[in-house]
Amino acid sequence: MARVLIRGGRLLDPAAGRDEAADLLLQDGRVAAVGRGMEAQGAEQVDASGCWVMPGFVDLHAHLREPGQEYKEDIASGGRAAVAGGFTSVACMANTAPVNDDPAVTDYILDRARQDSPARIYPIAAATKGLRGEVMSEMSALVDAGAVAFSDDGKTIMDSGVQRRVLEYSRLVERPVMVHAEDCGLVRGGVVNEGAVSTRLGLPGNPAVAEVVHVARDLMLAELTGAHLHVAHVSTAGAVELLREARARGVHVTAEVTPHHLALSDEAALGYDANTKMAPPLRSAADVAACQQGLADGVLDAIATDHAPHAVHEKEVEFTAAPPGVIGFETALAVVLELVRAGRLTPLQLAAALSSNPARILQLEAGRLARGDPGDVTLVDPERRWRYDPAKGHSKSRNSPWAGREFTGRVVVTLVAGELVFHADRGVLHP
Amino acid sequence: MQRGLLGIEGMERADIELVLETAFHMKEVGQRDVKKVPTLRGRSIINLFFEPSTRTRTSFEIAGKRLSADVINFSSSASSLSKSESILDTAKTLDAMDPDAVVVRHQVAGVPKRIADELAAPVINAGDGAHEHPTQALLDLMTVVEEKGRVDGLCVAIIGDIAHSRVARSNIHGFLTMGAEVRVAGPPTMIPARVEALGVKAARSLREALDGADVVMALRIQGERLSGAAFPSIREYAATFGLDRAKLRFAQDDAIVMHPGPVNRGVELSHDLADRRPSVILDQVRNGVALRMAVLYLQAGRRARAQEPR
Repeated sequence: MARVLIRGGRLLDPAAGRDEAADLLLQDGRVAAVGRGMEAQGAEQVDASGCWVMPGFVDLHAHLREPGQEYKEDIASGGRAAVAGGFTSVACMANTAPVNDDPAVTDYILDRARQDSPARIYPIAAATKGLRGEVMSEMSALVDAGAVAFSDDGKTIMDSGVQRRVLEYSRLVERPVMVHAEDCGLVRGGVVNEGAVSTRLGLPGNPAVAEVVHVARDLMLAELTGAHLHVAHVSTAGAVELLREARARGVHVTAEVTPHHLALSDEAALGYDANTKMAPPLRSAADVAACQQGLADGVLDAIATDHAPHAVHEKEVEFTAAPPGVIGFETALAVVLELVRAGRLTPLQLAAALSSNPARILQLEAGRLARGDPGDVTLVDPERRWRYDPAKGHSKSRNSPWAGREFTGRVVVTLVAGELVFHADRGVLHP
Repeated sequence: MQRGLLGIEGMERADIELVLETAFHMKEVGQRDVKKVPTLRGRSIINLFFEPSTRTRTSFEIAGKRLSADVINFSSSASSLSKSESILDTAKTLDAMDPDAVVVRHQVAGVPKRIADELAAPVINAGDGAHEHPTQALLDLMTVVEEKGRVDGLCVAIIGDIAHSRVARSNIHGFLTMGAEVRVAGPPTMIPARVEALGVKAARSLREALDGADVVMALRIQGERLSGAAFPSIREYAATFGLDRAKLRFAQDDAIVMHPGPVNRGVELSHDLADRRPSVILDQVRNGVALRMAVLYLQAGRRARAQEPR
């Protein structure tokens, strides 16, 4: 296997607490050496001057739509979009058709991934059969097939008794249960954050308390059962506070936040653009600030895209009828880099939220760049200016709130297992 | 005057005054023996109604016909979800037939704006979900000007289901822009979140809202919410927020009572209040035709002028 020498960059290895000028030598798919002024005869050279050299990003929450909704995305296109955004490992949610609640579906996803995806793909299996919130899925068999976590994402397990069982049983397989925390009775058809914006727009509001109430319940159940609870896409100040208290009490809970909930408030929906419709919805400016603070404090562990592709025609309907969600792989880094520029996060904290923390949550061998670790590396040029055009992106879908937006900072090179899979000037390099 | 009329929010006071002034001229046409002028002859107006409506559609249709426009009614009750053609496709198809204005009603907020973004013709919002119903607010302003001689400095109380009312939102923006004070009152479950952000005062009781009001506007409780859980019963609603002559005593002696219709008699208004002064409900309907003539003239007429050979 080829050797690759990444020279002259600023190495950010959060697992080792390392932020320094260093070269990185990859060999046989792994990190062979880290140090300064390295020479490597015959190795392919990657010039990293002016760049941050980071562990390949780990996305613990994405929707790749295969099997069943390949017109929105498939594992090949999703994998290409992922590496174009610097993500070398992607965990994909179970709400496919058929639902990933059976080892055969898990097998299928992993088989497609081996053939088609430049990024490593890790299936998340359904927590309950058919995502119906009634009968728990065969967790042991699913983990044996390769599932890394359990989630009914997109739906909420409203029956507290079922949720208790799911959490309790998950201790057998020692894998996280990822929850989409929204109390359906409080959401009640709400499509934008309840507040001044929903009142102006005349659209049904989804109140922040719908999330907070549900997070409170699940934290209690996590405390009772001792299971690993992971709260997906936290969007409210109230949930951040509850998580902060639970962490202090020692509850085994982790949490993620999306780039859109870190960067956009509900005012983005004022033009009725369905590409600003998400679940949970974009919240108030105070909620955005609380999510940023939670990430800076470490109460929120990871940045996850919740990459949710939908076809153009599905979004070009009434705001209430449009499916929620936006694509996110290719804009994630640029969006969250604003937090570093604003002084809210250090580059090392950003690297941790994008790589070592999500890898730890999913128990993946990823997110670190010491000798012997996998050769998954993402190079970021923090000063490079570019304009995002979803039509030129690698995803099959275009539902982004950032279409046409000018960004400073982008992923310029991605390597998976020591192989170059993306270069900003050459595109995705995968058969 | 801005192209299209999607809402009152953000509309300039001068533009509102222009519409009202034009509407008073149009009202004179409706009082003639032959109620028709050739102003929009050769122009076509499409009434694109995705939500059943008799009153508003008829009002727009009569308004267009009195201006000699060709009025085409296109009704479709289905949403994009239940039919194979999306609303934008429907709208683009009609736009390709070169109408001079398209009047849109839809049960979901924001649809007229989305359609307007795609169309060459000016779009007039005839009511979108709980968002706006601009011609209703303009005809209400017209009626108040007729009754009171002004809007500036008046105190307006809007009573009922504010949360689900496009009439309330448009009237709030309209009355505030024209210099009135606006209060709202209703069951707390029917007052939308952060309503004060619209610039109104949320009164804690009907009495507080009515105290010294010059204009009292009762909103219709929508049929589908009559049985809903937002208030315990019709009887309780009528007792707490239904208007009758006794409760009206808290308002100014010469206060007028308005309602966008149709009235649920004995619910929002007592029977005798619905039929007689100080209620001005039928004046609102009458002014609706004149006001919509003004809007169609200002929108479809302007486009016609712009298309004349240079």
